Amino acid sequence: MSNEPVPEHIVRSYDEELRRLRDMTARMGGLAERQVADSTQALVRRDTALATEVVQRDVQIDQLEREIEAFCVRLLALRQPVASDLRIIIAAMKVSNDLERIGDYAANGAKRSLVLSSLPAIGSLNGFERMAHLVQENLKAAMDAFVNSDAEAARRVWEADEPVDAIYNGIFRELLTFMMEDPRNITSATHMLFIAKNLERIGDHTTNIAERIHYAVRGDNLPEDRPKADESAYAVVRPAGS
Amino acid sequence: MSTTTTAPGATATQGFGGVQARSEAEINPPRIAIRNLDFFYGDNRALKSIDFDVPDRQVTGMIGPSGCGKSTLLRVLNRMYSLYPGQRATGEVMLDGENVIASETDLNALRAKIGMVFQKPTPFPMTIFENIAFGVRLHEKLPRAQMEERVEWALTRAAIWDEVKDRLDSSALGLSGGQQQRLCIARTIAVRPEVILFDEPTSALDPISTLKIEELIDELKRDFTIVIVTHNMQQAARCADQVAFFYLGELIEVSGAAQMFTAPKHPKTQEYITGRFG
Amino acid sequence: MSLSLTAGMVPGPRKDPAVAAALGRRRKRADRIIRSLCVAATLVALGFLASILFTLTIRGFEAMSPRVFTHITAAPGSEGGLLNAIVGSIIQAALGTAIGTPVGMLVGTYLAEYARGSKFGNLVRFVSDILLSAPSILIGLFVYQILVLPFGGFSGWAGVAALAIIVIPVVVRTTEDMLNLIPNTLREAVIGLGAPKWKMIVLICWRSAMSGIITGILLAVARVAGETAPLLFTSLGNNAWSIDLTKPMASLPIAIYSFAGSPFEDWIALAWAGALLITLGVLGLNVLARAVLSGRK
Repeated sequence: MSNEPVPEHIVRSYDEELRRLRDMTARMGGLAERQVADSTQALVRRDTALATEVVQRDVQIDQLEREIEAFCVRLLALRQPVASDLRIIIAAMKVSNDLERIGDYAANGAKRSLVLSSLPAIGSLNGFERMAHLVQENLKAAMDAFVNSDAEAARRVWEADEPVDAIYNGIFRELLTFMMEDPRNITSATHMLFIAKNLERIGDHTTNIAERIHYAVRGDNLPEDRPKADESAYAVVRPAGS
Repeated sequence: MSTTTTAPGATATQGFGGVQARSEAEINPPRIAIRNLDFFYGDNRALKSIDFDVPDRQVTGMIGPSGCGKSTLLRVLNRMYSLYPGQRATGEVMLDGENVIASETDLNALRAKIGMVFQKPTPFPMTIFENIAFGVRLHEKLPRAQMEERVEWALTRAAIWDEVKDRLDSSALGLSGGQQQRLCIARTIAVRPEVILFDEPTSALDPISTLKIEELIDELKRDFTIVIVTHNMQQAARCADQVAFFYLGELIEVSGAAQMFTAPKHPKTQEYITGRFG
Repeated sequence: MSLSLTAGMVPGPRKDPAVAAALGRRRKRADRIIRSLCVAATLVALGFLASILFTLTIRGFEAMSPRVFTHITAAPGSEGGLLNAIVGSIIQAALGTAIGTPVGMLVGTYLAEYARGSKFGNLVRFVSDILLSAPSILIGLFVYQILVLPFGGFSGWAGVAALAIIVIPVVVRTTEDMLNLIPNTLREAVIGLGAPKWKMIVLICWRSAMSGIITGILLAVARVAGETAPLLFTSLGNNAWSIDLTKPMASLPIAIYSFAGSPFEDWIALAWAGALLITLGVLGLNVLARAVLSGRK
């Protein structure tokens, strides 16, 4: 039922409102994608101007989230939606929430990259670039799935978070090693660890978005346990010789 | 460094999925079992091979566009159609081990067992007391004191006793629309049926009276099996445990109410309840 | 059907103010003409009615005296009254109604409750409607053929029978109409409680329709109270005092009929008095019928 043309509502203004909701959410998704991309760019290139821009732009995402929420509340109250209409509205509300969190993580990353740009660089940022690239791709795919009401695409996004977790684990171990090697690295490494964690969280929120989309389109939920590779919480790295 | 990795989807899964899982589990065993039911107005086949269970002591809502057969099905259950020549049903409607639509069914006894409340309030042109006593007298011979007890019981169950207890001897026609409808419900339960059929019981009432009737239905389902036909989908959503969607004489989908209004299984149901018909 | 509309414009053909004004004038003129025709016709009809009632009232009251109610009809010039005619009318109308009403009600009930849409029912309804509009003299002739000739003479009973036959179709019609006014859901409500059909009819339908049926009966009484033609061939009229139904019996319409055509002044005056009595009686019954009808609900 995902790609069949859905007949229009008898009340045409209702269709217009739902279309507007989709547009708003898609716009917010686009903004969030750009924030993630720019935030990573700022980190990798040590570009403080771009980082500042990202921090300032976060307000727009927050504003959009409030607008979407108000619009959803209005639709719920006035249209009393059911079934697919209800699901898409609830999904938009929750997706906008996830996008807002993604925006926050991106802005947080940008702030940290401002600090990092004043400290000497440690290690390589390749892992970050790869991770950010994956996360962005997933986010874009998720928002495309939302716009196209494509449950299968959403499911693929939901399954694609595993590599992100794997890279995160790698970075985690690497940064711990840096910290143990030289305590002067701790400030940088901690900030970088947080940035990595932010990216990992963005990935999680993206899978959330994929779940909402799947529910909105299909009406049933994806299974409880998602393929995961994030074991960092349980990772123990012992200093040699202790 | 805090790395509590709760599964991010967990909350969402409970929030959405919980509703469905619960409602599916809550449907009671059937009280009326309908099998392969066909109904004809003359040569016109108005119901087509209906298979459907009415769960015991729960509310079953029947929705669908006008002429879809939902009211027809209701009128099969208490054999109301037998009043009219040219209307007939074939198949099985099993209640307490007997086929309701068999020709040897004792209609008066059946209707004592399956009561019905109509779209428009139908008070009889007599006193409030007599309205209730009328139905009881059809089936039982009670001494005056017991009859008074029964009338009070029925009016209390129908949540109208406090409003009418001081004027039991005045005409029922003087009551407001909402009161008249509750009086009709009282009249139906006074006969102590097992099943109560509601045929769009609130379509002639204002919103507050409507809510009172809905509250009453919710209260009554503890003791009675209830089937309600309604054009108001919100009403079906509010009242019903199980909802059946009919279209062109066919039963398209039966689901728990939460399932039906969040994620109906059939595209036709989806189109109808979201207002996309046509 | 996509209409592209300029914002703020009402869709549809444009209006020309001059054409609109001309049309408006023409409509007003047509309205005035039709209205004057209606008013004129009403005045003519009312005029006739008023003059009838006026003459009737003046002449009737002139002739009215206690004697009219205490004395029976007598030879010209000998102080007669209308007592025998009044009593005869009341007896015949009352018995005719008493016989015709139950028959009419049962037929009407049959038509409304049992024979709705059936061929036989339609036939019965058709016949009843013909009877309703049949000239009453035919009914008189019919009763003359089957009750007067075979039993060797005019009688009160024959008059009663003729009046009953007139009452029946009126009551059939009102009973059926009133029962048809009862919403089917009320019937279904009674049946839905598990009541057999006869209880539904007797306990609920008749009760609901009662005031309407009573109105119909009162109108039937009013109608038979003024009937002359069927009584001419049946109870004939009687100038002597008689309440024996097997003998010819006096009645007001017959008395009016025979006195009005006579050459005697005092008989003609009595005819006016009788006419006024009947008119007042019919008026009273009509008012009562309206009161009953408006009293329901």
